[in-house]
Formats: sequence, C-alpha cells, structure tokens
Amino acid sequence: MQFPILTTLIFTPIITGIILLLMPAEQKEWIRRVALAAASVILLLSLFLYFSYDVGRGGYQFVESAAWLPQLGIGYHLGVDGISLPLVLLAGLVIFSGVLVSWNVEDRPREFFSFLMFLGASVLGVFCALDLFLLFFFFELAVFPKYLMIVVWGYPKTREYGGMKLTLYLFIGSVIALVGTLAIYFGSGLRTFDLLALEQAGFPLEFQRLWFPFVFLGFAILGGIFPFHSWAPDGHVAAPTAISMLLAGVEMKVGAFAALRVAIQLLPEGAQYWAPAVLFLATINVVYGAFIAMVQTDFKYVIGFSSVSHMGLVLIGFATLNRDGLIGASMQMFSHGVMTALFFAVVGMVYDRAHTREIGSLGGLVQKMPWAAVGFIIGGLVSMGMPGFSGFVSEFPVFMGAWQKAPLVAVVAILGILITAAYIFLVVRRVFFGEIPAELDKSVGDVSRKDKLVIALLSLVMILLGWFPSLLTRLIEPGVQSILALMGGGR
Amino acid sequence: MDWIYNHLLSLILFTPTAAALVMLLLPKEKTALLRNFAFAASLIPFALTLVVWAGFNPQAGQALPFQFVEKANWYSAIRASYHLGVDGISLPMVLLTTLLTPLAILASYSIQERVKSYMILFLLLETGMLGVFLALDLLLFFVFWEVGLVPMYFLIAQWGSKNRNYAALKFVLYTMGGSLGLLLAIQLMGVAVGSFDLLELYQRWPTLTELKIPLGLSLPTVKAIAFWAFVVAFAIKVPVWPFHTWLPDAHTEAPTAGSMILAGVLLKLGAYGFLRLVLPLFPTESQMYAGALAFLGVAAIIFGALGAWAQNDFKRLIAYSSINHMGFVVLGIAAAAALLETTSPAGMLDKNIALNGAVLQMFNHGLSAAGMFFLVGVLYDRAHTRDLNDFGGLYALLPVYGTVLIFTAMASLGLPGLNGFVSEFLVVRGAWPVMTLATALAMIGLFFTGAYILKALKMVLHGPLNTRWKDHLSDMTGRELLVISPLMILMLALGVWPAWLLDMINRAVAFLF
Amino acid sequence: MKNAFTPEMWLSVVPEIGLLILAVLLLILDMIWLKKAAERAKWLGWITSVGVLLIMGGAMLWAFPHQNSLEWGGMLRFDAAGFIFRMIFMSGAVLTSLFASQFEILKNRGEFYVLLLVSTLGMNLMASAADLILLFLAIETTSIPLYVMAGFLTRDERSVEAGIKYFLFGAVTSAVMLYGFSLIYGFTGTTQLYELRAAFQAGNLPPALAALVVLLVLVGFGFKISAAPFHFWAPDVYQGAPTPVAGFLSTASKAAGFAVVLRFLQVAFSDQSGWWSILIALLSVASMIIGNYLALAQRSTKRLLAYSSIAQAGYMLIGVAAGSELGTTAVVYYLMAYLVTNLAAFGIVNLVENRVGTDEINAMAGLNRKSAGLALAMLAAMLSLGGIPPFAGFFAKLLVFAAAVERGMIWLVLVGILNAVVGLYYYLNVLKVIYLYPPVEEKEIVAARPAWRIALLVCVAGILLIGFWLVPWYSLAQAATNAIWIY
Repeated sequence: MQFPILTTLIFTPIITGIILLLMPAEQKEWIRRVALAAASVILLLSLFLYFSYDVGRGGYQFVESAAWLPQLGIGYHLGVDGISLPLVLLAGLVIFSGVLVSWNVEDRPREFFSFLMFLGASVLGVFCALDLFLLFFFFELAVFPKYLMIVVWGYPKTREYGGMKLTLYLFIGSVIALVGTLAIYFGSGLRTFDLLALEQAGFPLEFQRLWFPFVFLGFAILGGIFPFHSWAPDGHVAAPTAISMLLAGVEMKVGAFAALRVAIQLLPEGAQYWAPAVLFLATINVVYGAFIAMVQTDFKYVIGFSSVSHMGLVLIGFATLNRDGLIGASMQMFSHGVMTALFFAVVGMVYDRAHTREIGSLGGLVQKMPWAAVGFIIGGLVSMGMPGFSGFVSEFPVFMGAWQKAPLVAVVAILGILITAAYIFLVVRRVFFGEIPAELDKSVGDVSRKDKLVIALLSLVMILLGWFPSLLTRLIEPGVQSILALMGGGR
Repeated sequence: MDWIYNHLLSLILFTPTAAALVMLLLPKEKTALLRNFAFAASLIPFALTLVVWAGFNPQAGQALPFQFVEKANWYSAIRASYHLGVDGISLPMVLLTTLLTPLAILASYSIQERVKSYMILFLLLETGMLGVFLALDLLLFFVFWEVGLVPMYFLIAQWGSKNRNYAALKFVLYTMGGSLGLLLAIQLMGVAVGSFDLLELYQRWPTLTELKIPLGLSLPTVKAIAFWAFVVAFAIKVPVWPFHTWLPDAHTEAPTAGSMILAGVLLKLGAYGFLRLVLPLFPTESQMYAGALAFLGVAAIIFGALGAWAQNDFKRLIAYSSINHMGFVVLGIAAAAALLETTSPAGMLDKNIALNGAVLQMFNHGLSAAGMFFLVGVLYDRAHTRDLNDFGGLYALLPVYGTVLIFTAMASLGLPGLNGFVSEFLVVRGAWPVMTLATALAMIGLFFTGAYILKALKMVLHGPLNTRWKDHLSDMTGRELLVISPLMILMLALGVWPAWLLDMINRAVAFLF
Repeated sequence: MKNAFTPEMWLSVVPEIGLLILAVLLLILDMIWLKKAAERAKWLGWITSVGVLLIMGGAMLWAFPHQNSLEWGGMLRFDAAGFIFRMIFMSGAVLTSLFASQFEILKNRGEFYVLLLVSTLGMNLMASAADLILLFLAIETTSIPLYVMAGFLTRDERSVEAGIKYFLFGAVTSAVMLYGFSLIYGFTGTTQLYELRAAFQAGNLPPALAALVVLLVLVGFGFKISAAPFHFWAPDVYQGAPTPVAGFLSTASKAAGFAVVLRFLQVAFSDQSGWWSILIALLSVASMIIGNYLALAQRSTKRLLAYSSIAQAGYMLIGVAAGSELGTTAVVYYLMAYLVTNLAAFGIVNLVENRVGTDEINAMAGLNRKSAGLALAMLAAMLSLGGIPPFAGFFAKLLVFAAAVERGMIWLVLVGILNAVVGLYYYLNVLKVIYLYPPVEEKEIVAARPAWRIALLVCVAGILLIGFWLVPWYSLAQAATNAIWIY
C-alpha cells in the first residue's frame, strides 16, 4: 500500500477549508497564512506528482481504490494519467496564485479562503476521479463556493446576476451530463461507475450516437461551447479576482476535461459521429469569441470573451479525435489555464488600484505598475499564439489535427488568432501605454510583492512551456495514446 | 572546449537571451552599466560568428552544405526538432546580424528613458533574428520568425516618435496577418509530410504525390496555394509592392537603432525566406510564377524609387529606398526561379549569378541601409527635425558628417567601387537573359535611385545654409564614428574585393539550386 | 393463527407500546411533577426525545424483524420496511421535540408532546399496516393530532386557520380515500393488502375500476405527501402552524405517506404498474412544476419551504413512478435525507423568527455575519435541498433520477432536471440573503437552547453523513425495499 498521495492532495483543501471555518473570524492574518500554507502544499504535491509520474509506464498511476457503495458499483477510485496530471498541476498553480492575489480581501477572509479551498478540492477531485460518480460528486461540489464567492465578494454591479447565471448554466450542463452518465451506467449492464471498466464496455453504435450529445454538451457547457458560452464572460467579470482565475483558468478545463474523459473516452463512436457538429460550434467559438472580445469596453470582459475563443480551440482539438488534435487540446487546456489566470490576476490588480475597468478611462499604467504591464503583455502574447510562448505550442498541434480532420476549420479558426492579436495590442496600448489620466496618476500605486510573485510564476511557466513543450507533452503523449487506443488504434 | 565548438550556433543564438536575463537583475538606475553590458554582451555573438566563419569550410563536399549542425529533441510530440545549421547563404546573414546589433546598441547610447527595457528588448530581438537564419526546422523557423516581432513592436511603440503607436500596430498586424497563411501552410506541410525538418522537407515535399488531407483539392492546387501563402508572408516582410505600406510608417517612427535593425536585418528575413524555403520547397511553382515575382520586384524598384523621390522627410526617403533596393533582391530571386530547373550551362550560370547577386545585395543593403538610418538619426538627434526643407548647406557646418553621409549614400546609390554596385550588377547581369523587359525597367528604377539620393544629399548638405542651425549643430562624436566606420570599411571592402564573401555564397547557391 | 399470541406479535408492536407508555407517562408527569412552566419547558422536550430514543434503541436491539411476517391476524406486516420507516418517523419525533423546546408556546405544554407521540404512533402503524382498515385508522391516528398541533397557537389567527384548513382538507381526502377502500372491499371481499393482488388476478376487479380505485386512494395519499394537485393546504398550514410542527409535517408525515404509497402500490397493484406509473409520473411533474415555480415568488421562508416540500415530493414521486426496486430504494433514501435536511431548515427558521420577529426571507439577511455557524447549517440544508454534494440531497436526487433512467423514463428525468435547476435558483437566493445582505436588526436576543443546538447539530451531521457515507443508509433503504418487494 503506497502513500495515498491523491487523497492527500484532494483532502488537503477540504480539511483546510473546514479548519478555516473553525478559526475565529478576527484572526485574518492567520487565516491567510493557513490558506497559503495549504495552497503551497497542494502546489508541492502536484509538482511531486508531475515529477514522479512514470512516463515510460503511462496509463493511470498513483491509483487508489476503495469501495464506497458496492451495491451500486460506486467506488472511491482515484488516479491520474498524462491528460489529467497537467491539469492537476494547473490547478495547483492557480490555487496558489489565487490565494496570493486575494491577500487583501478584507471582507470575511475566513469564509473567502475556506470556500476557495472547497472549490480547489472540487477541481482536483474531478481531475483525479476514475469513478463517474466520484467525478460528479466533485463536479457538483463546486456549485456553492462558486456561487457564494461571486455573489458575496464579486463586482457589486453584476455579481448577483452573473453569479446566478453562471451557477445555473453550469448546473444545467452538469445534470444533463448526469442523465447521460446514468444512461451509460445502465446501458453498460455492468452496474459500475468505474471508468476503467466502462471503457471496455463497448456500447452499441446506436446507443453511443444517442447519448454522446447529452454527455458531451452537458460538460462542454462548462467548457464554454457556443451557443452556451454566455455564462462565462458574465460570470468571470462578476467574480472576485481569485475566483475569476479559478473559474476561467481551471473550471472551464474541468468541463472540457470531463467532456473528454466521459463523453469521448466512453462513447468514441458517438464522438466520431458528432465530431462535425462539435467542430462547427467550436469554430464559431473561436472566431465569434474573438470578435466579441474586440468590441468590449470593459477590460475584464475582453478577457472573459477571449476565454470563450480559446476554449473553442480546445474543443476543436477534441473533436478532431486524432493524435495531434488531442495533444494540442491538452496543451491548450494547460496553457490557457495559466494564461487566463494571469490575465485575471492583472485585471484584478488594475481594478483594485484604479477602481475602474473601462478601457477608455485607463492609460499609461506601465509607469505605475510595470510588473502588471509585463504580465499582461506576456499573457497577451500567449493569447495570440505568439511563438516562444505556451499558446503557440498548444495551438499549433490543434491546427495540425484540424488539418487532418477538417481543413476548413483550420483556415477559419486561424482568423481568431489575428483578431486576438488585434485586440490584445489595442488593450495593451490603451491600458498600459499612452497618457495616464490625471486622477489615476495620483491614486494608483505599484503592485505588492505577492502580486509580483504571481506574475513571475505564471509568466515563467508560460515561457518555459513555450520553449520546452516537451515538459508537458512527455505526459500528454502517452495519455493521448491510450485514448486513441480506445478508438481503435488511432485514426 | 569541444562542447563549445559543437554548440557554437546555439551559443550565438542564445547568448543575447542569456544576457537579457542577466540584465533583468541589474538595477535600472545605472544606465551606463546597462548600456555597456548590453554592448559587451552583443559582441560575444559577433566574436563567435567570426569563429564560425573561420571554421566554415566553403569547399566541403559533404552531402549537404550545412555545417556546425546541431540537432536535438524539441517538440517531439509533433515531430519538430531543434535543428540548427549554417550554409553560405545564412552565414553572411548571421554575420550581418551579429555585426549590426552591437552597432545599433552603440547607436542607442543616446536613449535616455527606460534604458533597461530597451536593451533587453534589443537583445531578445537579436535572438529572434538569428534564430530565423539558423533554423533548419520549419517550426523552429516560424517560432523565431514571429518572436522577433514582439521586441520590435515594443521598440517602435515605446521609443519611437510621434505616430509610433499607429506605426507599431500596423507593423505587427501586417506581419502577423501575413504570417497566418505561412502558419497554415506550415501546418499543412507538417501534416502532409509528417515532419518539420527542412532537410527532410526538401526531399519529400516537392516530390509528394499524394495528400492525406481531406481538402477536396488537387495536389498541384494545394501546392500552389501553399506557395502563395509563403510568398505573401515573405513579400510583406521584404517588403514587395503592394505590401509595403507598413514599412515607411514603421521606419519613420522607429528609434534610430530600431530602424537600423529593421532595414538592416529584418527585411532580409523575408528575402531569406524566399531563398531558404520558397525556392527549394516549391521549385515547380516558383518557376511557374517567376514572372509574377519579377513583376513585383520591378514594381518595388520603380515605385520605391519614385516614392523616395517624392519625400521631404529624410527618414521616410531612406525608408522608401529600402523598398527600392530590396526590389533587386526579389528580381534576382525571380530570375533564379525562372531558371530553377534549367539544364543548359548558360542558364545555370545566369541563375547562379542572379542568386549570388541577390544574396550579396541583401548583405549590402543591410550595411548601407543601417548606415543611412544611423546617419539620419545622428542628424535628428541634433536638429530634432527630419524635414529636408529645413536643412541645407550643412556640409560647411559638419564636414565629417557630410563626408560620411556622401560615402554611405554613394554605396547605397551603387557607385562602382563600393559594395552596392557589385550586387546590383550581378542581379542585372543574371536576370537580363531571362527577364529582359523586367531588367530593363529595373534599370530605369536605378536611374531614379540616383535621383532621389542626390536630391537628399543636395537638400541636406548643399545649397544655402539655413541660419537657424548655425552654432546649434555639432559634428559627429567619436562614438558615432565608431558605429559607422565598420560599416564603411565593409562597404569599401566589398566594393573592391567581393570575392571573400561571394565565394562562400556561390558554393551554397550552386549546391542548393 | 391458532396460538393467539406469539412472541413476534408483541415484537411487532414494541415501538408502539413504548410510545403509548411514554405518552401516558408524559401526561402524568405534566400534571403531577412539573408544576412550574419553566421546569416543564426545561424537561419536557428532553424527556420526550430521550424516551423515544430509548424506544428506538430497544426496538433495534430486540425487535428487529429478521424475516417478514404478518401479525395480528394479518393486520400488521412485521418487516424491515415497516421497521425502517418507524425509525425515520421516530427520529423525526426526537428532533422535533428537541426543536420544539426552542418554541415559546410549545415548550412548556405537555399535551403538545403527547400529541406528537400519538401522531408518531399513528405513522408507525401506517408504515406497517397490512390491512385497509388498520391503514385507515392509522392515517386518522396520525392526522388528528396533527390537526390540533397545527392549530396549537390558539391566540394566533393564522395558526388556527392552519389547523382548520388542514383538518378540512384532511377530512375530505380521507373520505375520498375511504371510498376507494370501500370499492376494493366491495369487489374483492377482502381488506387484506397482501391478498388483494391475488384477488385482482382472479379478475374480481375490472381494470377500469382498478384505475378508479387507485385514483381515489391516491387522493388520500397525495394529501399526506402534499403532492400536487392535493397540495393547497401546505403553504398556509406550514406558515401558520408552529414552526417545529411545520417541520414535522413536512418530513415525518410526508414519509409516512410515502411508506403507504410504496407498500400499497407495490403490494396490491404491482400488476397494474404500467399505468399507475404514468399517473404517478404526472403527479410528480405537476408537483415539481407547481412547487418550484410558486416557490420562486415567495417572500416568507416557511412558505418557500412549503412549496419546496411540494417539489421535493415531486422528485420522490419520480422514484415511485419508476416502479422498480431501485426506485423504491431511492425514495427511502430520499426520505432519510429529506428528514434531516428539512428539519434543520425549519429549526433555523424557528430561531431566526424568534429573534427577528418575522419569517420573511429577508429576516435571514446577514446571518453569516451574526452567526457563521447558523449560516453554515442553513447552507448545508439549502444545498441539500438543491441536490448539491457533499450533502444528503445530492445522492438522493441522483438515485431517483437513476431509477427513472433505468426504466427509460428520460422525459421524466429531463423535467426533473429542469426543475432541479429552478429549485437551485431559489435555494441559492436564500444563501445570497444570508451571505450578502447587511444584517437586519434583531428585536430580541434569544439564546439557542442546548436541546435546539443538539438537534441542529444532529441534523447537519446527518445531512453530511447521508451525503457521503453512503453504505449504511443505502443498506437500510435496500432492506426496506426488499421487504416491500418480497412477499
């Protein structure tokens, strides 16, 4: 019996969340420290996983399995493979950064950090779950932290609307996926929720075609698929900084990941059948999201819509169902997660100091907060797929995959890159360069050291990945191989 | 020591990056330290390039002309590798880059604000440019191709003159927009061939018989589309008429050193792309569309010259002259393209001459354009205007400057005895038999070249002295002379004895095409 | 049947005997011992709850049915289903009596506790009744004390109105149900539940009439479980009745209704499941839609919970409609989860109402700032109602949906899902008020009594434990299911 590292990973935030709730509310400084300590443990554990995953062996590792409800075939079954491990690492990074940028939360930090921890546990749990019930359990666990954190600590003007919209959209998606999952459960005749067993079930073609849309779409809503994407910008904008980071950075990946793991891995024939439709919608995501981002006047909405655009590439990668596309999608999940976390962190820093997010009333901030400017620019370069940053090495395989499946998609989707470049340069110019408005000149100060740490950490990850994509593909490749094996040896 | 020798190209490539990283840690108040550090760091790649030059064997009869090759795993998931190497075409370009960068840094000692960021960006820019010349992997090529844009964008947008934001954005969007087609074509080729390695692509892409991509188009059509995607991307960078409109803006608004690098090296990236990628990868298509290329080249020569003639802004005039000069490169390439599959000895000779001329012209234009932009910058630093009408009779006031300016301008104009003449002559000589009409038109363009350069010289140096400059202008400083003198020496050397460079170019050209 | 009395006979009614003794004991205590109101307030709740707990413990130790049998001349069915439902009702009674000790007018009234016990006794009999006559008696034994309890606040018009309304509704529906029973007896000549199926198979009951019978009977049961369209009493009664009573009504009483529905339909009408399943599904849809959509408009927390309880009945009916073993298990599990959840919610509403003086949702504003623990408890309750893990409601909802999916009733599941979303909307709104809005002024400072605290703690622990420690509860539900399905 090896050390149950995944359980430790998932339960660290849960237990911390409970401990935080038991602490006296006045001990704000200690509450923050406890949260940071837990976030560091999570990050270190995910790094440990990253380094000790045996690439040569591949498959699911660090597996833990225990009976939970044997009558229904529900098991507590955890494990990570090359697809989920990068996402675990991503979650570790973003949770850590999220705690750091939230250091200045003064309104009920105890509840804030506690809920943040629960949200973290939820995403980690989904990434590690090898049992469909467990996956759903963690998936839905995120509902209340998401909602309450947006509503209580969010942007006062839109938080009630944005929070509710986001929560309900995602809840609808997840319960639709739940119906599909239950159908899989009963359809398999195996009476088990175990993912590995279900993978081998071999569902009939008709069944797969009928149920794939339920499961995939249900999860893909959380991934921001068009036309169910509108929760994303509204929700992200309404959320407080750390939650925007987690939502756009990790939660959207949770949706995409679950769509891959449940819908595509269990119903590969259905995926083949529906792939053109998914490609079509995802392509709209890419181009439409970028266009809408371009016309936004609110700094944060730009990023919100850019997430919609980028998640479209992930979904395109999935729908190609080939090696390159899946590798690219997995890379893009990680890359976009880090990038958007950095974006939202910077937006939050700007807003905290300037108290406005209207692009028109910002300007020249590079003089006041050079770190934030550099961070945003690096994020922007990742976003536009600039070589040398993680965005390029992630998007490139997606496009290669698209060429093999549907060349037209590649040709259309590439427009998204140009548009992205246009709006990123515009925003960078208007917000960080040019004349600084007089009132901002007086009031705005530099970012804190913790903020700088976040910016440096996330930027560094993106640059490293941009130059050394193999850091992740060494994990992703075997993961993709095993998915392709489910589809009959990789078409 | 062996390790160093085996990894010379990597060292050349990444020394500037490493230096930039070190500079991140230096205090930003110590501007002198920052400048000197950057300058010293940029000399290292230059020195290493000289080592490579010395070790480069132009006679080598290996299977492939690439030397100092390095190959390592990079992005194995999509079959792209870290593959570097130099041949006779790229080595001169590397030399040009590593030479111009220290000079440009030296020229930017007059920059006062945010020196640290400026120098860091400059060093990063050098890595980007070098990478393009060194890469032997299509994906790696593209990575560096785009990477260079970012520092350049910020150099223009941050340290440029009045209209810098507009110009910088135009520059970057034009180039990125142009690269989209290139990107798509690279993806397509990577998927079709299953590799991004250039040497492998050279072998397999032109002879590809079956496309495994569900595109619904015939292979020749796909190849033609890919060819034009490449051409457009490189044509924008060169730039070729009608894709040139970003260039005058970018050049005019960029800081002096930025313009030097922009004209000296960045424009060469486009032409280099033609030589390295378009001709070898698309021989059939190149031959088919050589006429169109030649037309574009000639149009660039003529319109560039006419455009330059019409300018009253000194810097803008030089900018247009770049279009004009780069037109000759394109013309040479077009001529070679037309003769790409010729077997007759005369044709082979013409092709080689044209290509030699094109490559040499790239090098030469790098020297003269950088020099000219620097000289404009020298004047602007003092007068804070670039309007030609404001000057006049400065020769009397600034004799050293005047002499240097005339020398450089003559090199640019193509005066026999200086470098420009040699390369333009070679291009014209090589192109004449195949593309007589185009070459003849190019000669007319050459006439206008003379016209605008002389016009500029006249309006700056001669005529009545504009009295407002009296006692306000000082002559060139020692640092400034230090910047220009290596360029002048090379101009002269290449004009008098071009063989040392041509030999090397010739071998590569003869081998590759 | 020769030996009039077997040990099993007595064992089968151990809890009922215990409850009766306890009730009598309480009456005596109330009259003789505890003279002062303060003393009564202090002890009555404790005595009731500990007494019931002892009964539960005793029953578990000595009176667990290891095999199914009919006792008392076929009146009572002694099986695990009845036993487990009894445990549910009695847990409800324990928690309600503890919660009641926080309620000013109830806490020192011995007769209230006696009524509670008698009503629980009735429920116990409902769960085990195997004869239509005993079933009817049990239902009335349950209902009549509840009518009184609902109208217990004689000074409060709304409470009186609630009592009367509840009574009228109950009387009418009982009558209709009784009519249904009489039809059954008339056509088959038996009132024994476990003989009906054979009688139907013999062709004694024409199909059309069978449909009518089920319809009539369901009116009575529908009233008990407050399913639409028999739900009209619920909002007014919940709002008017003393809050602990409302909690009891919405949990134990509803569970009793379901116990009867499950046994009745499955035992007597299992051959007709094809069409009653559709009928139940329609009831379920109506309940979910009416409950959820009307809940959206509520400003009173108690009315909100009333409509939510109608909707919850709708979800449970999905499990009934599935007509499968999984469906039955799901309903039992759901009832356990719902018991602790809703009791917790009403318990908190009770305290807040005492403090702020109104049961408006806005009375909860700022609860998080005033009392973080209470806010968390309410969070657990609301999310459990909304079906969010790790709280009990999640697995319960999942089970009923699974049961429907298993039977291919996808349309029903989709309706359920949409309703779950609507439901989540208003549950989250309550949380928003608690966490976001500035605190409201408290009229009086009411300290939470230890009994109340313990009850709430037990409820919250239950919400969590039923939420993720699945095996014991699921095994119980399964045991109950087996007992109902095997005869």
